[in-house]
Amino acid sequence: MIEISHVNKWYSPSFQVLTDCTTSVTKGEVVVVCGPSGSGKSTLIKCVNALEPFQSGDILVDGTKVNDPKTNLPKLRSRVGMVFQHFELFPHLKIIDNLCLAQEKVLGRGHDKSVTKGMQLLERVGLKEQAQKFPAQLSGGQQQRVAIARALAMDPIVMLFDEPTSALDPEMVSEVLDVMVDLAREGMTMMVVTHEMGFARKVANRVIFMDRGEIVEDAPKEDFFGKPRSDRAQKFLSKILSH
Amino acid sequence: MLGNFDFDVIRRALPYLFYEGMTFTLTLTGLAALGGLIFGTALALMRLSGLKLLGRIAGIYVDFMRSLPLVLVIFWFYFLVPYIGQWLTGASRPISVGAFASSLITFIMFEAAYFSEIMRAGIQSISRGQPAAASALGLTYAQTMRYVVLPQAFRNMLPVLITQTIVLFQDTSLVYVLSITDFLGAASKVAQRDGRLVEMYLFAAVVYFTISCIASFGVRRLQARIAIIR
Repeated sequence: MIEISHVNKWYSPSFQVLTDCTTSVTKGEVVVVCGPSGSGKSTLIKCVNALEPFQSGDILVDGTKVNDPKTNLPKLRSRVGMVFQHFELFPHLKIIDNLCLAQEKVLGRGHDKSVTKGMQLLERVGLKEQAQKFPAQLSGGQQQRVAIARALAMDPIVMLFDEPTSALDPEMVSEVLDVMVDLAREGMTMMVVTHEMGFARKVANRVIFMDRGEIVEDAPKEDFFGKPRSDRAQKFLSKILSH
Repeated sequence: MLGNFDFDVIRRALPYLFYEGMTFTLTLTGLAALGGLIFGTALALMRLSGLKLLGRIAGIYVDFMRSLPLVLVIFWFYFLVPYIGQWLTGASRPISVGAFASSLITFIMFEAAYFSEIMRAGIQSISRGQPAAASALGLTYAQTMRYVVLPQAFRNMLPVLITQTIVLFQDTSLVYVLSITDFLGAASKVAQRDGRLVEMYLFAAVVYFTISCIASFGVRRLQARIAIIR
């Protein structure tokens, strides 16, 4: 579904953020990307739907080359759902309108159909009653669930999560993770940048560990948590699992 | 001085002052604000587009307009536009555009420079995550601007935009240099004719002051009503 091969990215000639990153996500797979901050994991996931440009290498999403200038990026992105660290709901639109905007303007769905679909998804994330409110009237956890519903409304073939719980108060993390776990169990293809190792243990098929712009470890979940091969991954794990 | 203050002069001039003068002033203000906003938003988008050449052109235009006194631009334009029209259409004589059209074009072009800077600040006040989220949903650049960025920028900037329009309302009085009968022009004509300078200029000041004050008050009310809940 996602093929990342030999991707290099520089912010400036002397500062390389991604070094020869190669990995893939197959259909139905849940891949967790972790690593210390500044390791390039968010940058890598943003390269997948071309929110970040990269200088060399290739990324294919469902057979379409992301870095080809001829690729219709809006069309490609409409099929790739993305959830951001800071939710990025549109503050001037009601919750339901947040869910309908792209359905109507990008997919060309009728208003009634979009509303029906939006309400179904809001019900699914347990927020049907909030449809007429504005984003700022919701808690962080609720906003992030709306953001997930908004991405799902586009019927994506794959979902990208960029640290979806990092900006949340601790007591709100689980309500968001629960939605993500359900999604994973239903067979959604997912690439998730997160520090939530509990989530990785529960639903991930593979774990990728990144450090200083490189993919250091790329292993099935059991191997990664059982006996990580690299020192850096071991150190990282001991740090975040010791509490 | 105020002993022989003649209110009757003002009363008799009222229909002329308002039907002719104020109608012109308000029409010019409204159309110039609308045109300036549209053109100004286009300039702001050019400057933020990331296309170097487009940004440079808009930047030079804005700096140029903001470096000239408005009266000078009004004057210049009035005498220049007929010749530009002649040159563009290849006519044999300078094309007369009329004082209203000329002053309207001038104000739109001049105000666009100021509105564009306001809109630029408004657009830049939107966090980068917003356009990113919009494009991640598949919206094109134009759709992202239209449905996500500009509505928020407008709401954030509306108080400043209206305040600038109040300034514009006052600035329209400068069209007197073209002998146009705007509100101040009308008051001035009556004042000269009847030899009642004190009454007419004082009354004109009171009217400008009152309208501007009410508008400013309205801005504050509006600000509270349309603010995006954050």
